[in-house]
Amino acid sequence: MAQRKSLNVNGKAARIAIDDADMPLLYALRDNLGLHGPRFGCGLAQCGACTVHVDGKAVRSCVTPLSSLTAQQKVVTLEGLGTPQRLHPVQRAFIEEQAVQCGYCINGMIMESAALLAKTKKPSEAQVKEALANNLCRCGTHARIVKAVMRAATA
Amino acid sequence: MTIHASRRDLLKGTGALVVSFSLVGTLDQTLAQGAKPLALTEVDSFLAIDAKGEVTLYTGKVDLGTGVATALPQIVAEELDVPLNRIKLIQGDTALTPDQGTTWGSLSIQLGGMQLRNAAATAKAALLEEAAKRLDAKKEDLKVVDGVVSAGNKRVSYGELIGGKSFALKLDHAKPAASKDPKDYKLVGKPVPRVDIPDKVTGRFTYVHDFRVPGMLHGRVVRPPAIAATLENVDETSIKDVAGVVKVIRHGNFLGVVAESEWGAIKAAEKLKASWSKSQTLPDAAKLWDEVRASKVAKDEVTSNVGNSAEAMGQAGAQTLKATYDFAIHTHGSIGPSCAIAEFKDGQLTSWSASQATHNLRKQLATMFGMPVENVRCIYLEGSGCYGRNGHEDAAADAALLAKAVGRPVRVQWSRADEHGWDPKGPPTLIDLRAAVDGAGGVTAWESEFFIPQQTAGSFNVPLVAATLAGMPAGDDIAPGNIFQNSAIPYKFANVKTVCRRLASTPFRPSWIRTPGRMQNTYANECFIDELAAAANADPVQFRLKYLDPNDKRGIEVLNRAAALAKWDTRPSPKRDGRGGEVATGRGVAYCKYELTRTYIAAVAEVEVKRSTGDIRVTKFYLAHDCGQIINPDGLRNQLDGNVIQTLSRTLIEELKYDRFAVTSLDWASYPILRFPQLPELVYDLIDRPNERPWGAGEPAAAVVPSAISNAVFDAIGVRLRSVPFTPDKVMAAMKGTA
Repeated sequence: MAQRKSLNVNGKAARIAIDDADMPLLYALRDNLGLHGPRFGCGLAQCGACTVHVDGKAVRSCVTPLSSLTAQQKVVTLEGLGTPQRLHPVQRAFIEEQAVQCGYCINGMIMESAALLAKTKKPSEAQVKEALANNLCRCGTHARIVKAVMRAATA
Repeated sequence: MTIHASRRDLLKGTGALVVSFSLVGTLDQTLAQGAKPLALTEVDSFLAIDAKGEVTLYTGKVDLGTGVATALPQIVAEELDVPLNRIKLIQGDTALTPDQGTTWGSLSIQLGGMQLRNAAATAKAALLEEAAKRLDAKKEDLKVVDGVVSAGNKRVSYGELIGGKSFALKLDHAKPAASKDPKDYKLVGKPVPRVDIPDKVTGRFTYVHDFRVPGMLHGRVVRPPAIAATLENVDETSIKDVAGVVKVIRHGNFLGVVAESEWGAIKAAEKLKASWSKSQTLPDAAKLWDEVRASKVAKDEVTSNVGNSAEAMGQAGAQTLKATYDFAIHTHGSIGPSCAIAEFKDGQLTSWSASQATHNLRKQLATMFGMPVENVRCIYLEGSGCYGRNGHEDAAADAALLAKAVGRPVRVQWSRADEHGWDPKGPPTLIDLRAAVDGAGGVTAWESEFFIPQQTAGSFNVPLVAATLAGMPAGDDIAPGNIFQNSAIPYKFANVKTVCRRLASTPFRPSWIRTPGRMQNTYANECFIDELAAAANADPVQFRLKYLDPNDKRGIEVLNRAAALAKWDTRPSPKRDGRGGEVATGRGVAYCKYELTRTYIAAVAEVEVKRSTGDIRVTKFYLAHDCGQIINPDGLRNQLDGNVIQTLSRTLIEELKYDRFAVTSLDWASYPILRFPQLPELVYDLIDRPNERPWGAGEPAAAVVPSAISNAVFDAIGVRLRSVPFTPDKVMAAMKGTA
């Protein structure tokens, strides 16, 4: 029953074995490829914890069936956005603002903000809040997250 | 053993997974070196220094996303004079860490940190004594820099002094060893960056959800459609097309599936056909408060009794004010649903979870499986933010039950609906208040009754869902947390009686959620005192100051500083000017001395209320905060943000929905929480008292949020909100006088 699926994840070709062509991307990234960046939060595209980039766009990997992706589409996760040695400006800003409590939602916050800043270089604070309006944080780190995104925008 | 294709991918793995495996190895190696002391009275229980001078710190208090994995080592690094990055922290492992109690109540620093400080100070005194001998110098002439002791040009390192040997020193936490003079602090009191953040923002951090063990399977639990439904029939053929199903586990009313892959387990749980009995055990949600009021009272607890309030209330000429407040049922709502891994091997159960109380969970699991407690090991791995007893322990029980049934390690990941539907809830709280005032508006008597569930004596065992469903030993304790706290008041009225009517039952399995009881009780008390101030036509800050204990200088200072911070406009509420416009603005104050024994907090909220819709927007929130010695001011600010924002969400938006069968608010659409556009500006005044003991910081700040908002709305529109959450329809009803 197992079938092969080719993906491009963080700049590398990956071949995985799956049982269901419609398995959401999230499980391929976490369970088949062992990545920790994208996180399971709701499975309903309501919270944003699972956000990754597909061809530069922020998408909710928990509701993205593998069957909708080709091997050419570029999937980037938090690990591929930047590394501890080469941080993405948004990651660096989150460290500088200490914009993390538990950090479970932070993957989504960073991936969504990075996608925003890629198309809107100098957003207003209101634009940042609007862009993150469908990303949920339960710890209440919102104020620092906004500051971090604004800092990244001016970096 | 057959390895599924996706398992092979997993084992080929990435660096991050290797971390997971090596973590297991490290712990096992540590254990192999012999039994480690765990008693609270031994230095060796808390810390070890190896030959290279690396310090290992063992703490039963765990980092729930609050930053104590930085703050606790910060305390110890200061005391020992070692760099922070030479301290490795082991948290919440029943085989390795002392039982310092549940991580709750903002006590990690106040209690746990002070035990660590005592251990470090005791260890350091012994190290210096030994160094003095080795260096042939006087103890007072020794200097310590980065774990190296020197006297003139002679030096010896901690590693050379103790290197892997045990300290074998006793501790008495009631009489702690002399610790460093705060004037010499280099680390404590500084905004040291958190150690976990770089890994968390780059996807290198291992949460419990990321943890994997060799041979591990994935489990899911199929929850009953009604809380008390019984399982009648299961049709296993309904999942014959799902690949990789290993087993369907049926144990009483517990139904679960185990599969090779996580997605396989999810699909199997979704597709598995089962029939359940009809069961209506929940109250009519529309009549919740009648139900609470009519609940059987198990006992009345008088939490304060001064003078004779009944006599004062009945006195001729006294005007009596009465009000009833209620506070909705809340869910914890962690962004990552609960998750746990369990393994049964050679009669031993190992459980990895994000439990805030691994030592207690260990006892609960031992009871559930009828095992000696020594054969259970619970290991903490950080999960999604935890604000009290949520579903972590229940997921641990689920995983253990499934692992036992299949004889292999099983990981259980709760779904969003599992978390919203089945985590224990913050119970509904109903509060009646009465006061008598004299002709000048002075308060002569205060009486209150809090309708809150009882607490099984001495128990903080929230029954494990899996044990209850499976009919295994679970106990039927009711453990909502110490929710009587802050029912008594800080104001010195001549006659006061506060009573907790402890109810025999409550609709949902209760537990503690951030600031349990203290939030609800402070909300009612601080709103009602505002009502009294308004009745006396007095300024709400001045009115409070009039009744605070004049000897409680720190409390008075906090309240005055909050007012100064907010540039408080001294006048009675409601506001007389500018009424009638579409957007009304107002400000409200609230004050709390946490549990009447520790952290002082005062808040001022500024709000805008839209008259046509009833929408409340909190625009600014000011907080003055005195927790004594501040360990990490940036960590403190981060926690204050969290407590204020989360409580804003609870106050304005949150309310559990249910029908007669079960919880119906099973996702973020039906149980919404605060979003970015609703974020207020936050302004703090942190009062640092380096020479005082550190008190809890974090959840005390949440206590003042609901009342500050209610009082600000009253100031804006002259209408008192007495029912949390303050939804637009409640505001509209209150404005129309129909609330």
